[in-house]
Amino acid sequence: MLNKNEIMETINMISNEHLDIRTITMGISLGSCAAESIDRVCEKIYDKITFSAKDLVKTGEEIESRFGIPIINKRISVTPISQVAAAADGDYVKIAKTLDKAAEETGVNFIGGYSALVQKGFTNSDRKLIESLPEALASTNKMCASVNIGSIKAGINMDAVARMGEIIKRCSEKDDMACAKLVVFCNAVEDNPFMAGAFVGSGEPECAINVGVSGPGVVRHALEKLGKQASFGEVAETIKKTAFKITRMGQLVAEEASKKLGVEFGIVDLSLAPTPAIGDSVAHILEEMGIEKCGTHGTTAALALLNDAVKKGGVMASSYVGGLSGAFIPVSEDAGMIDAVKCGALSLDKLEAMTCVCSVGLDMIVVPGTISPATISAIIADEAAIGMINTKTTAVRIIPAPGKQVGEIVDFGGLLGQGPVMNINPYGSEDFIKRGGRIPAPLNSLKN
Amino acid sequence: MRAVITVIGKDTIGIIAKVSNYLYENKINILDISQTIMQDLFTMIMLVDMVECSKQFDVIRNELDKMAEEISVTIKIQHEDIFNSMHRI
Repeated sequence: MLNKNEIMETINMISNEHLDIRTITMGISLGSCAAESIDRVCEKIYDKITFSAKDLVKTGEEIESRFGIPIINKRISVTPISQVAAAADGDYVKIAKTLDKAAEETGVNFIGGYSALVQKGFTNSDRKLIESLPEALASTNKMCASVNIGSIKAGINMDAVARMGEIIKRCSEKDDMACAKLVVFCNAVEDNPFMAGAFVGSGEPECAINVGVSGPGVVRHALEKLGKQASFGEVAETIKKTAFKITRMGQLVAEEASKKLGVEFGIVDLSLAPTPAIGDSVAHILEEMGIEKCGTHGTTAALALLNDAVKKGGVMASSYVGGLSGAFIPVSEDAGMIDAVKCGALSLDKLEAMTCVCSVGLDMIVVPGTISPATISAIIADEAAIGMINTKTTAVRIIPAPGKQVGEIVDFGGLLGQGPVMNINPYGSEDFIKRGGRIPAPLNSLKN
Repeated sequence: MRAVITVIGKDTIGIIAKVSNYLYENKINILDISQTIMQDLFTMIMLVDMVECSKQFDVIRNELDKMAEEISVTIKIQHEDIFNSMHRI
């Protein structure tokens, strides 16, 4: 029989410490939707998604009720559209609108997979998709897009990096929210349940359920109880135990969803994903460890410990771990990060350093609208280099804010939060980005 | 199925009576019950068996919510697996 303290601990985690399941994401392969006309592709995509995910939201809500655990998002990810649509003539924006319509019909919060994988080079279809991004993102609400521009095996496609700088700039001029739904990856994973970067990779099954857990607030409370005197060994141990408990819940929800929907269980993603709500911040965990303000000296070490301990605790709690799995540091979505930027403790450079030791990258960073496309590209290149050399996923979700100055706040609403406009290095990188070609794949031995 | 019901709130006369009477009316069997006052709050934890209950889980949950409002406490009902999976390997 369960004891009283265990029951109360779980109840407290959910009621007071923001423990939730961040997302149940259904990955649907659209490989069978290829056709020669874009209208036919759209028809097949719409039918397949609305059929496969017809019970997704309802099932999510049933699980919420049964276990008394909030499931914040229900989402869908699909095969990269540049692959699905490659045979079809016509405008890809139509597909974007179809995805949006399918998301609306199934009632999910987001749909991801308007994507292209160009780490080595572009197919004609990849080019079409990338050029369509500003229009596609501006004319949809729930659709998310991603482009993978580098990998440990292929190196970095600097032509794609250069192009994405231009595209992100154009997206920002077209629509306020477009850039929040677009992420540029190095080493993108194929089973990520989190947005904006979720898509279904080529090694994935026809349909799978991937679950993303959350719980920065629970980790912070556990460390608070531990006290300021505890050693790093005790801190790591506490995080591990907490991550274990959080992940067990993710595993339970994933199994239940997979059983009820009759769909294969893919993975549990062990990420600590913050929300703008007070008490649900990754920055506050680091501050609980003794960092006065997130971004000051010591932050990278604290984050490294956190990220590693979360994985160690979570891995044993789930039969299949995957996705991004690590601590997220999206600035606008984390109350502690927002404060740290506002008071000058956290800079873009420090964030870049932090991304070396955690998942995922420069996320939800607002920069002045005057930023040049080459500078955006150079920021992407730096981040991709970190991912490529360190064998990890890195990403850039950067949002130029037209007409805004450093320090002003841009409000995205909901889970996307609000971000202060951050300072960027005033010196240019034009000639570097203009070179074109690829940065060769790195050596994987002689590592020092 | 078995579920855990937790009732937390300001102590008043008849909380246990009210909740257990409702469970009786709906053929929900109480397997274990414990009650304490923690930090001035009435805290009751029940393990119940719902095999004979003919109502949907959602309906029971909504009705317990309504009762909670009437007697100014919070009542949660959750499948026991969430606690088992979190605290037992």
